[in-house]
Amino acid sequence: MLAKRIIPCLDIQNGRVVKGVTFVDLCDVGDPVQVAQRYEEAKADELIFLDITASHEKREIMRDVVKKTAEAVFMPLTVGGGIRNISHIEDMLKSGADKVSLNTVSLENPSLIQEASKRFGSQCIVVAMDVKREPDGKYFVYTHGGRHRVNKEALQWAKEVEALGAGEILLTSMDCDGTKNGYDLEITSLISSSLSIPVIASGGVGSLEHLYEGFAKGKADAVLAASVFHFGKISIPEAKSYLKEKGVLVRN
Amino acid sequence: MPMNIKIIDYDMGNVHSVQNALTFLGYESSLAVDASSIHEADCLILPGVGAFEDGMVSLHKKKMIEPLKEAFVRGKKILGICLGMQLLLDKSYEMGEHVGLGFIKGEVTRFSFDSEGLKIPHMGWNSLDISKKDPIFENLPETPYVYFVHSYHVKITDESLILATTHYGKPFCSAFKSGQTYGLQFHPEKSQEVGLKILKNFLENT
Repeated sequence: MLAKRIIPCLDIQNGRVVKGVTFVDLCDVGDPVQVAQRYEEAKADELIFLDITASHEKREIMRDVVKKTAEAVFMPLTVGGGIRNISHIEDMLKSGADKVSLNTVSLENPSLIQEASKRFGSQCIVVAMDVKREPDGKYFVYTHGGRHRVNKEALQWAKEVEALGAGEILLTSMDCDGTKNGYDLEITSLISSSLSIPVIASGGVGSLEHLYEGFAKGKADAVLAASVFHFGKISIPEAKSYLKEKGVLVRN
Repeated sequence: MPMNIKIIDYDMGNVHSVQNALTFLGYESSLAVDASSIHEADCLILPGVGAFEDGMVSLHKKKMIEPLKEAFVRGKKILGICLGMQLLLDKSYEMGEHVGLGFIKGEVTRFSFDSEGLKIPHMGWNSLDISKKDPIFENLPETPYVYFVHSYHVKITDESLILATTHYGKPFCSAFKSGQTYGLQFHPEKSQEVGLKILKNFLENT
């Protein structure tokens, strides 16, 4: 049976891991390759690298990070952040990424989803959606790291990206992100159960129970977290044994 | 003399992932970009992600179909991974009906589920139920987890060739062997320790 996935997400800036990672025995906590290797040993199921470098003229740095990681770590690697066109996607895939994640550009230029999934296969095109709940209970999509509201309801957009050929959705609740109060289970479950492509829940994890809820109530296919893993509040093996006890199928 | 390992580069996905894994394991390998480099090889790896038809068109354009058939007939070691596994069969029903390499009798069909609400693609870690003891699976955990990402799967006519099945809605063939030719639906190059072990077993033990 297909196991549920646990995915740590690393923010990379100018080729370095930011927001600190507290694996005590790493000689260089800023080195993405070392951090990735440590997550591989811990049996994380996939990794996501999010390039938050402000100036994307520095693309070759990220290329190099991806290349070195792919030479040392043998699990699926998704790269996102600043990917604007087909040649950026090709660059990342050729450097060793298995999937790319498209965010702002997917709304500005939805045909890129179609073009990219046709050219490289749906399986490597992840669409990242940042969503926010409004007072009337409706959810809307945001771009530019949450600065711009787009006049599109979350579920409608999710259905559109599926139809355009996206292979997976990375769904981040901006209301929950950083709160440590858990995922937005309502929108996660609505989108996941309305689509036939996998959905990754993101934003808000503070405890083991939140990971469990992401699967049990959010109906997510995978759960993503950053700081709880990086700062050692939750370890991957600990998360897996907790989920297993609760009856969620995870990989040993 | 070291084995001449060639990874077939036919513009269908990341050949470097496979090469990275072989390099990590200490094997030298190179990419086969044309027919003549296929002739030279002792061992061929056919990776690939993407659509079946595109894969066949690309192999045809690069004039690789005949040399591959010759390698199969002569009993060279061949490993098909994911789309590479599917291409070894007679035909596929992916977006129409397309003829494959025809080394293995059978066809490639899309997952279809009645009511279980299972997602397509089948993406993530799933376990192998090994039905036949084989050197490629030596020294693995009891039900090893490997990484899959695909929407179509193989149905082979001679079920005695099946080495392992995997359950997604129903059991499907996730590994087969015919002579010296292996097909794996999952990605050993992305399956951490277990996957690397399978690649090493393929190169050393089979």
